[in-house]
Amino acid sequence: MRILIKNGHVIDPKNRRDDKLDIYIENGLIVEIDKELDYSGGDIEVIDAEGKLVVPGLIDMHCHLREPGYEYKEDIESGTRSAAVGGFTSIACMPNTNPVIDNQAIVEYVKTKAKNVGVVNVYPIGAITKGLKGEELAEIGELKFAGVVAVSDDGKPVMNSSLMRRALQYANMFDTPVISHCEDLTLVGDGVMNEGYMSTYLGLKGITRAAEDVMVARDIVLSEVTGTPIHIAHVSTAGAVEIIRHAKARGVKVTCETCPHYFTLTDKAVEGYNTAAKMNPPLRTEEDVEAVKEGLKDGTIDVIATDHAPHHIDEKNVEFDKAANGIVGFETALALGITYLVDTGILTMSQLLQKMCVNPANILGLNKGSLGINRPADVIVIDKNEEYIVDINKFQSKSRNSPYHGYTLKGTVHYTIVGGKVIVRQKVLL
Amino acid sequence: MLGKRKDLLGLKDLSAEEIKYILNNAETMKYVLSQKNKKTPHLQGKSIITLFYENSTRTRLSFELAAKYMSASAANISASGSSVAKGETLIDTGKTIDMMGTDIIIIRHPMSGAPHLLAKNVKASVINAGDGMNEHPTQALLDMMTIKEKKGKIKGLKVAIIGDIAHSRVARSNIWGLTKLGAEVCVAGPATLIPPEIEKTGVKVFNSVQEALLDADVVMGLRIQLERQKRGLFPTTREYARFFGIDDKRLMFAKEDALLLHPGPVNRGVELSSDVIDGEKSLINEQVTNGVAVRMAVLYLFARKGGSNENIN
Ligand SMILES: [Zn+2]
Ligand SMILES: [Zn+2]
Repeated sequence: MRILIKNGHVIDPKNRRDDKLDIYIENGLIVEIDKELDYSGGDIEVIDAEGKLVVPGLIDMHCHLREPGYEYKEDIESGTRSAAVGGFTSIACMPNTNPVIDNQAIVEYVKTKAKNVGVVNVYPIGAITKGLKGEELAEIGELKFAGVVAVSDDGKPVMNSSLMRRALQYANMFDTPVISHCEDLTLVGDGVMNEGYMSTYLGLKGITRAAEDVMVARDIVLSEVTGTPIHIAHVSTAGAVEIIRHAKARGVKVTCETCPHYFTLTDKAVEGYNTAAKMNPPLRTEEDVEAVKEGLKDGTIDVIATDHAPHHIDEKNVEFDKAANGIVGFETALALGITYLVDTGILTMSQLLQKMCVNPANILGLNKGSLGINRPADVIVIDKNEEYIVDINKFQSKSRNSPYHGYTLKGTVHYTIVGGKVIVRQKVLL
Repeated sequence: MLGKRKDLLGLKDLSAEEIKYILNNAETMKYVLSQKNKKTPHLQGKSIITLFYENSTRTRLSFELAAKYMSASAANISASGSSVAKGETLIDTGKTIDMMGTDIIIIRHPMSGAPHLLAKNVKASVINAGDGMNEHPTQALLDMMTIKEKKGKIKGLKVAIIGDIAHSRVARSNIWGLTKLGAEVCVAGPATLIPPEIEKTGVKVFNSVQEALLDADVVMGLRIQLERQKRGLFPTTREYARFFGIDDKRLMFAKEDALLLHPGPVNRGVELSSDVIDGEKSLINEQVTNGVAVRMAVLYLFARKGGSNENIN
């Protein structure tokens, strides 16, 4: 199997490429990148990328594939297909499945299933604590040997500070990144949306931004005292951005991610009790959105992750209090980044890719996220200027929960190539 | 006047004119109520269901009597002992009721926005009889009717609402309604029970009850939910009564001819002292009568809009 991608504009931040170049792929590997390559023969697929960008496949370090246990929302097959149409060639899935990914057997299950039915690379994330209960450490060493790329109790915070400290110390022995879902549950109470004018206006119980900030501050202190790196998931508040900025300036080994909904939407999206806009952390205010953008611009925020969280329609078509949190993230993430960050001049395309390919790979220790010679050919071809209207009914995910239905966004994925295999051809998932 | 509006979900979405229109109709209904024979044919042939996910004998009775005085057939479904308790969704329950040819569904629900969800999914008119901490429009309408009756107007009056503003749908509906009709609304209560950025709704927030009451034309007490104490939102009912309760002395800060309202039932000696409850300023009993009149008006105005026989949506 040979592929020649011709006439595209190659952007590869890691190798400092930003030029009109051709890419030649053979046996799943990138063999050559240069100007005007000349390969021919009957068995070669030539992709004309004139006017398009040719970039490393995106890496999502935070998603929920729902298998095992919640296959009615999503499974590894549908989840990876959803990722592929969104331009993701590698994804790391959170362990809040049923059973929880807190033991070797479930890691093996996810890996095997992904190998058999998945169309993109899947990297499981293990639990920090057994059963995500926040009581005892999971077998982090064994999880690491089974193949997890990080540990996290995502969906829940590790409320016990002492346990979190031990987790950081222990995971560090196995070089396993710890990803923290920062939320002080005692401050969250029974809140269901951001606390502020909108929660007052709608009569819904609010979640103070302090619930996130307090926990981010705690985790930074724990990272500092243990000397262990920590990665903060889905940063959504101005306060958290500021705390992380200061910590980084002090030299704390902290990294963090945000998600497209935190730089594109405010809690106004909840108006009308719109459950598609219900997430955790909740959508915040204009001030927070501005702070998140500033954090992306100045490098405080390292990564854009999707927090792809598919839910069945019956879990969203209910009273707001009862509705599940989260959105289908894969299929809109890149276009939201292009429309709200690149087109507005906050990030260059190369900087966006740094946050969607290079940095997540670095944090998880994956040898991915760039277009290296003799590296597996994970490449996407995108049209950064092409507009389209988001239609949830066309999602590849099993679920439809997205607040972006009907939005006009810029940026379409024309080709997704994973390990030299074409998964999306001319915008069509194969 | 209410145009194509199918549902009464809250006063937040109504215009001042729409609110006045309902209040005017309620005055007519009050006249009907004062007659010896209260039966009118206004809602003959109409069917009305009360769907209560939360107990409230008063509100339900008030709606049911209103429906019966106007010759509607009324039935009720309560959350316990029905399919509602067996895990059927709100939408499913609503659709089932809808398919029985119901013209109006009156819903009380512990979660804010539940009537909005129901309204989107049924043909019947949906009347919000209280949702979570969001709105309780007919209660605010009856409060406004009572004020208008005694003061002759609402515009320019100073209304002080005292107590748990954060969790009160009565307070929210009154704030939307009263400010729309030109009243000045002041609120006071423990800082832990004042919702964030409430000033943006157009009210003034005071730390002390006395300040809020100063020269008020109307004083409205709110019911304190005792479970809030357990959640640490205020220390004890004793301390609450001392700093935030309305008694004779505090009421002196208000105008001499001030009115005292309370949505009831009152925790005697907590939010209101007994001398105030039974005092001459108190309109707590009139409120109950006006409640029926307002609900008659609302049912009459909305029964024409909902139901499977009409194409208004
Ligand atoms: Zn999370
Ligand atoms: Zn997550």
